[in-house]
This record gives sequence, C-alpha cells and structure tokens, in this order.
Amino acid sequence: MKKIEAYVRHYKLEDIKTALNEKGIQGMTVTEVRGFGRQRGHTEMFRGTEYTVDFVPKVKIEIAVPDNNVQDVMRTIVNTARTGQIGDGKIFVTNLDQTIRIRTGESGEQAL
Amino acid sequence: MRTGPNLRFHLLALAVVVLFSQTPSIWAVDDSSASPPAATAKSAADKPAPTAAQPPSPPPYFSGTNPDPAKPAWPDPTGGAAGVWATPAGDGKGDVPSALSSGDLYDRIVHNLFSINIVWVLIAGFLVMFMQAGFAMVETGLCRSKNAAHTISMNLMIYALGCLGFWAYGFAIGWGNWFNGLVPPGWYSSLGPGTSILNSGVGIGAAVDAAGNATGAYTYGLLGTKGFFLAGLDDVSVMALFFFMMVFMDTTATIPTGAMAERWSWKNFCIYGLWVALPYCIYANWVWGGGWLAQGGKNWNLGHGAVDFAGSGVVHAMGGIIALAGAMVLGPRIGKYRDGKSMPMPGHHIPMVAVGTFILAFGWFGFNPGSTLAGTDLRISAVVVNTMLASIAGALGAMVTMQLQGLKPDPSMMCNGMLAGLVAITAPCAFVDSWAAFVIGGIAGVIVVFSVFFWERVKVDDPVGAISVHGVNGIWGVISVGLFANGKYGAGWNGVVRDEYVQKFGSDGVRGLFYGDASQLGMQLLDAAVVVLFGFAMAYAWFKLSNLITPIRVSAETEMAGLDGPEMGVLGYPDFNIGGNGS
Repeated sequence: MKKIEAYVRHYKLEDIKTALNEKGIQGMTVTEVRGFGRQRGHTEMFRGTEYTVDFVPKVKIEIAVPDNNVQDVMRTIVNTARTGQIGDGKIFVTNLDQTIRIRTGESGEQAL
Repeated sequence: MRTGPNLRFHLLALAVVVLFSQTPSIWAVDDSSASPPAATAKSAADKPAPTAAQPPSPPPYFSGTNPDPAKPAWPDPTGGAAGVWATPAGDGKGDVPSALSSGDLYDRIVHNLFSINIVWVLIAGFLVMFMQAGFAMVETGLCRSKNAAHTISMNLMIYALGCLGFWAYGFAIGWGNWFNGLVPPGWYSSLGPGTSILNSGVGIGAAVDAAGNATGAYTYGLLGTKGFFLAGLDDVSVMALFFFMMVFMDTTATIPTGAMAERWSWKNFCIYGLWVALPYCIYANWVWGGGWLAQGGKNWNLGHGAVDFAGSGVVHAMGGIIALAGAMVLGPRIGKYRDGKSMPMPGHHIPMVAVGTFILAFGWFGFNPGSTLAGTDLRISAVVVNTMLASIAGALGAMVTMQLQGLKPDPSMMCNGMLAGLVAITAPCAFVDSWAAFVIGGIAGVIVVFSVFFWERVKVDDPVGAISVHGVNGIWGVISVGLFANGKYGAGWNGVVRDEYVQKFGSDGVRGLFYGDASQLGMQLLDAAVVVLFGFAMAYAWFKLSNLITPIRVSAETEMAGLDGPEMGVLGYPDFNIGGNGS
C-alpha cells in the first residue's frame, strides 16, 4: 500500500476528483495548505505596489491506494493537474505500513 | 383637507397675491389691515443702516414684538411659532377660507416653507449619518483581519464620542453666533426664525449700531459662545441645525481612524474622540459661522470670502489633515517599511470596501444638496447632478491613471478615486457647471493615485488612503471653487454684493478665476492654507500632548498579535482560519 500526497491548484481539484472516481478509488482527503517551491512564492500587487507572497495557497490531496494501483492514480493526477505553467504542484508517494477501518476492525488492503 | 379643488385654487391665488403685495410685517398684524402697527413701524424707523459687520435683523414678523399675545414671540422654544397654524384648528380658525385673513394665509405659507426646509435638512442629515456605516466598511475592509474588530469599533464609538463632544461644547463654539454671520441682503434663516437665538460670540472689532450699542457681530469673528450642552436652545430650527452639523462633524471625526488604524491605542482614541470637535468647530465657525475667513470678502475684497458649500475644507481637509498629523505622530505599522522599501499590507475584505464606498456615495446625496439647508432652494438638483458626475469622474480618473502607469486598476484605488471625486466636488458643488464638476472629479481621481504613492514614499503610513482622499482632495475642492465657480449662484454670499459685478453680469454670484474674479481664488488659497496650518498645528500638538496622558501607540507585541484580542477582547473573525496577513 502507498500513500499519495498531491499538491495541486485549487481549480484543478474538481477535475482530479472526477478523474480518480472513474479509476475507482475508494476515498480521498483534501486540505487547504500554503507553501512554496522553487520560485519561492510569487508577487502580487496592492494599491500599485508589488509584494511577495511567500507561501502560496494550494490544495493537498491524500489518497491511500493498493500497490497495483499506484502508477495509474499518479498518472491520472499528473495528466489532470498539469497546465504546463509554473505552480502546477508536486506528488509525493510514501509507503503505508498499516491501515485499519475503525468501524469493522478490518486491516490491510481490505480497509482501503 | 376638506377644501375642494376650487377652494384650494382660490386659496392659492389669494396666497400668491398676498405674498407679492404685502410687506412681511403682515405677520405681526393680527388682521388684514395693510398698515403695520405703531410698534413695528417705530422699530423699523429706529433701525440704523446696516454696516459691514451688522448681524441680520429678523424680519418684523420674527421680531418677538407681536402685539397679539395669542401668537407666540420669537424665538420660540416649542416650534409652534413657526407655524402652529399648519394644523387647521391651530389658531382656532380652521381652514375655512372666509375665516382667514391674508395674514393668516401668509403665516401658513411661511410655515410650509420652514416645514419643507426642516424636513429636507433632517432627511439629508439621516443620509449623512449613514455615511458612518460607509466609513466603517471602507476602513475595516482595508485593514488586516487581525485588526477588524478594533477598526470597526473605532468607527462605531467615534459616533458616540464625537457627538458627546459636539453636544457639550462643539455646537456652541461653532454655531453659537450663527445668526450674527454675514448674509445676503434680505436673507433670513431658511430653517425658521428660531435660529436668531444663536447670537453670541467673540471676535475682534465689535460692531456697534448707530446708538453705540454692540450688535453682537464682529469685524473678525472668532468663536461662538452660546449653547453649551444645548442649554437654552430647544427651538426646533436650532435642533435641525444641530443635528445636521453634528453628523457633518462626525464625518471629520472618523477620517483619522482610517489613517491611524492598526496601531492606535483604544484609550488614546477615546480622548481624541472627545477632543476632535474643538479644531473642527473653531474652523467651521470661521468659514460657515460668519467668522474671519467668511468675512474675507467684506474685509479684504477677496471675492465672497471663503466659500465652501458643503465642506471640502471644513469637513474633509480638516479630517485629512488631522489624519496626517496622527499618522506622523504614530509612525508606520511594524513591517510596513523593510530596508527603506514600502511593503504593502493588503486589506482583508475588498468587497466590504466597495460596498462602503457605495454607502458613502449614497450618503453624499445628503451631504451636498442638504447643505442648502433649504429644500425650497431648488439648486439642490444641480448639486445632486454635480455630485454624481464628480464621483464617477473620480472613479474613472483613478482607474485610468492606474492603467496608464502600467498597473492593474486595483479595486481599492478605484474606491479611493470615487471618494476623492466626491470630496473635491463638496465645496464647489452648487457653484459650477456640470462639465466643471466632471473635470474637478476627474482631476481628483488622478490626484488621489499620485498622492497615495507620495505618502507611501515619504513613509507616512495611511492604511486606507484617508490623507489622500480627504486631505489632499479636500484642499483641491476648496481651490477649485476659486477656479470654476461660474457666478450663477450665491449672489450675496457672505454678505458680499459688489456693484461692478452686478452691472457687468447682472448679479454678483460666487465667481472663480475662469469666470472673471481672481480675488475669489486668492481667498480660496488663503482658506486652504489656514485649514492646513491650523488643522495640522492643533492636531499635531494634541497627539503629542495626549501621548503624555495615555500612550498613543499600542505595544509591539499587541500590534504583531493584532489589536482585536489585546485591545478589544474580541476577535473580528474568531471561527475563521484566515491565516497570514500579508505582512
């Protein structure tokens, strides 16, 4: 099992959810986050003066998937979230040691 | 009304005949006798020819010498004297035409005149009062979310504190000698004769009548001295004036709360709220109360003296200058300047700023036309159009200026532009053509953008642009009267009627440089200089002094945490996780 964390643009969230649903994923968690990448934030204007936004707002999507599904889910996210412009986001994948469905006590891939 | 159309027509016809054929002294006469009573004739004969600083005499029917004890004398505390006759049976005669003398009809006509004017002034005043809500939204929206409760609390409580100060002493020093002011020949108060009680002030060069008795007027009027806590002033006309002038002063009072937002300590703000009526009402007395600036026409032949129709100078420049002094004493917000470079601190709620701007623009339709103090002065529709044109020109001017600079049109700057246009047209609104109103507003929209950049560069931190909108454009408004006033309105303004102008133009209205009176521009420049120097000196001294009483600035920790919690004990947005504030 893997946990996929994707940091994407707000307005791409709906498209990604729809695309992943079609791939049959069982659930996802979404969080509002702020951060920066290689550009170290970006500049905005207020009353004619430029200022730097150090931490840019993004949406973080967390999905737990069975090993055989990881490549498919990652490819779906990349294809849906990409615009080709700076700030499309990133995906991190980590190993998932254990999962438990609280209601039934099921564990492992059954709990996904 | 029980009268049919026919009867009404006859009443109207009779009224018109009476109005044009009878002397005003008819009010003092109980019956329709054409000859005035001996007492009135005598007092008229005794009256000396008016001199420069002579206060206006009430027309005979206001004189309090009414021989009929059944009719109350002036000034009239209950307001009944201004027209108890409007209720059909008020004078025991109902509205049966055959029971009414021409004098009774005249009474009814004059009562209706005062009724229209008082209702107009009150409604306009309600609109001006609602501008407090507009200020609250503009200022709060342009501050950061961690200071929202503090900023809007200042806007709430300045209404209470300012009004308290105005009631206690402001009205007395500003309007205590209102009736002694210079007026056009034949003028009497549009709000009713009761305002004649406002007749006590101080100044330099006391005027005397032919018998050597002081008239109460001065060659150089300085202050009014009557009506502290409205003591003894319960006439309805005075009440209307008090209310209208109070809501105007609160406009001035709430301007500095924007420029000084996000770092002003609450206690220091509170004592400021009680103090602000002092500079405001002194200067208002000089311009609107017949004081030495209004007398500049009579004393120094400078146009019609200082002309400021609804208060570009009295209200807005004064507020903006106090804001400038306050922002300078306070210093910039922490983090505003880093390595000498200006760091924008974006406002947290731009839609709130825009809605507040609309509320202000709406309230201005009371502010400017209400300043006729007369619904019967039909110049009000021209004033409304000029006000509207200047406001849209200001918004357009700011938008175009930003875009010509290669910048995006920034909503808050367009809001500032609309307000700048309104501020600038406030002084000239009754005196200029509509094209001139558009030009004045458009220039204001350009000025406000560069003014905001200027204060930013010289490190005067003004979170909302109050100094630029109200101070700088208030001054522009005062000066614009001296340029664009077209001479069509304001004949006899501040008591000035010049024969050469009457011969040349037919009447001596307020006239600017472009229409042939350069001296008016000179007077406007003097007026602008006075408001800047006097306002700044008073405010700077006050903020320095009040800092000794209770510190003007909150601690650095409080400022970093946001003033809402430490100062007010309540967060503006407790259950929103709004996050960073752009600083």
